[in-house]
Amino acid sequence: MKMAETLFQFMAASSLTRITGQRATMLMELLEELRRCSPASIFNHTFQTLQEHHFLTGGFSNDFAQWALTACKEPQLAERLASLDIRHYETLTDLKADLVATLEDYLALTPEAARRRAFEPFYFCEAVTVVVPTQWQAKTLPEFCEALRRVSVHTVYYHFVTARLREPLAVNDFSWWLESSLGLKDLGDKIEQIDIYTHTLEAVRQSILEEATPWLTV
Amino acid sequence: MADGLTTETTSAPGKLISLGDYSSIVGSAEVDEIRALAQRLSGKSVHMVNSTAVGGGVAEILSRTVPILCDCGLRCRWDVMTGGNDFFEVTKAFHNALHGMPYKASAQALELFLSYTEQNIGQLTFDGDFVVIHDPQPVALVKARGTPPPHWIWRCHIDVSNPQPALWDFVLNFVRRYDAALFSSPSFTRPLPIPQYLVSPAIDPLSQKNVPLDGDFVQKTLERFSIDPKRTILTQVSRFDRLKDPLGVIQAYKLVRKYKDCQLVLAGGGAADDPEGGQVLSEVRAAAGNDPDIHILELPPWSALEINALQRASTIIIQKSLREGFGLTVTEALWKKKPVVASAVGGIPFQVIHKFTGMLTHSVEGTAYQIRFLLSNPAIAARLGENGHQHVKENFLITGNVKRYMLMFLNVSGAA
Repeated sequence: MKMAETLFQFMAASSLTRITGQRATMLMELLEELRRCSPASIFNHTFQTLQEHHFLTGGFSNDFAQWALTACKEPQLAERLASLDIRHYETLTDLKADLVATLEDYLALTPEAARRRAFEPFYFCEAVTVVVPTQWQAKTLPEFCEALRRVSVHTVYYHFVTARLREPLAVNDFSWWLESSLGLKDLGDKIEQIDIYTHTLEAVRQSILEEATPWLTV
Repeated sequence: MADGLTTETTSAPGKLISLGDYSSIVGSAEVDEIRALAQRLSGKSVHMVNSTAVGGGVAEILSRTVPILCDCGLRCRWDVMTGGNDFFEVTKAFHNALHGMPYKASAQALELFLSYTEQNIGQLTFDGDFVVIHDPQPVALVKARGTPPPHWIWRCHIDVSNPQPALWDFVLNFVRRYDAALFSSPSFTRPLPIPQYLVSPAIDPLSQKNVPLDGDFVQKTLERFSIDPKRTILTQVSRFDRLKDPLGVIQAYKLVRKYKDCQLVLAGGGAADDPEGGQVLSEVRAAAGNDPDIHILELPPWSALEINALQRASTIIIQKSLREGFGLTVTEALWKKKPVVASAVGGIPFQVIHKFTGMLTHSVEGTAYQIRFLLSNPAIAARLGENGHQHVKENFLITGNVKRYMLMFLNVSGAA
């Protein structure tokens, strides 16, 4: 059984929501507030909200898209905002720039939508995250699989999705560890391809375990 | 008058609720994570203060939160502020004014409020690491704060987004002396010079209102109220209050009836001590007329199991409020996997994510249409119910409430 060069420590991440006081009652205001909001707000309304609604796989993507759809009745804008895949971003600044650009493009083409009052305001909030180690660690692939079965889906999300914003950028913790510590690059690549938008987190967990099963005997 | 009371100084003998009781509901991993957070606060003391020991959502939440915090290794104490009827008459007027109703506080009312505050400051000891003051009644207790610790946190359970300005200025003088304020929804807040955080209200899945029920009990409850279990049941659980729009619910039901056979249940608390409630109830009865399929149920406050049964027996739950706080009856319905059709007001949009965990509406006609749509598409209705249950499990259970308090304590003390 191959032992990893470094231990994988499973972490638990929990978030508190800070109310910033920034709000928007129409798309023009959303654009203005988006331009000046903090990275923690961008994180809250994209990464954090996807985690909180992970059981919804029918098109829920981020709070901006959901607000455009339900409060502003702008389905085309909602689709465009929803199509921004958070896994493609290494920094929240880049994600924010694309959100702003999407909204700017839409309002340039649909200026009448800019000042139409929404049914409900959009409230900008920030995520304040606290990370603590869980009791689960792994030095081998079987230990990794056993721990993965035991941890919460929030731990899965922390390592599989938000990890992309941490060094090393743009890769999930599981794939990185499997490749760098166990030399299982192919397995890491397979796991990296699992789609968070069409799977619940429980399904993501199961998919990782299924991908890992053939490697347990290697 | 509320009696002075202190509860739970530590994990007390006898059968108290413990965090472990919830592991079969939220999973052992979630329980482990809460305990891991609690380790960071081990030995810290928390002092909760509100103005009533029983009745109302705040006392209900505290009666569960305090024992769980104790079970997690924190020393948690809950005190209830004391006051005479005159104090609670003033604070009721404050409560209404903070909700925006017309009111001009007299100098005498303000003096009485401060006098009772001083009296309570003399009786209570604020020596915990974290003091959490619930709602406006005890807000001025912060006058007792010295140099930190303790850290002082104001938990505001009501909507203060549009208060009477003069009274808000009075309250703000105290609020600004806290380290942080907690609100149930971002829409309930006002600009404040202190950090504000979101702590959603929560339901207890082990309480009588939410615990799974035996099918026989549900059946007998329907029989008791002459409701046909074989036909569609639409239900709104709310007190008889214009802001809950029971007349609008009847209108929506009548529109649905043109297309679908169904019964309507309007279940709410008794109105004997509320003159306006009695009037609304009369109007509701008049609107219902002689329709035998409209069941207007006045239930006493100890009807948690009956409410639970009615919700579980319902095909669709309606919450057609014109204004709403957080709307815990919606949370309860979602937890029971019921499809919900509700107005997009107050805290409801945080619970009902349109077309994902329920249907949001803005009118009688919209409410009727969404009910018809869900009755015609039971598979979609079932999926909304499942999603709603998951949404509550993730965000609006008492265990999450405990977790958010811990995160708050870590954050205000700089230990996060």
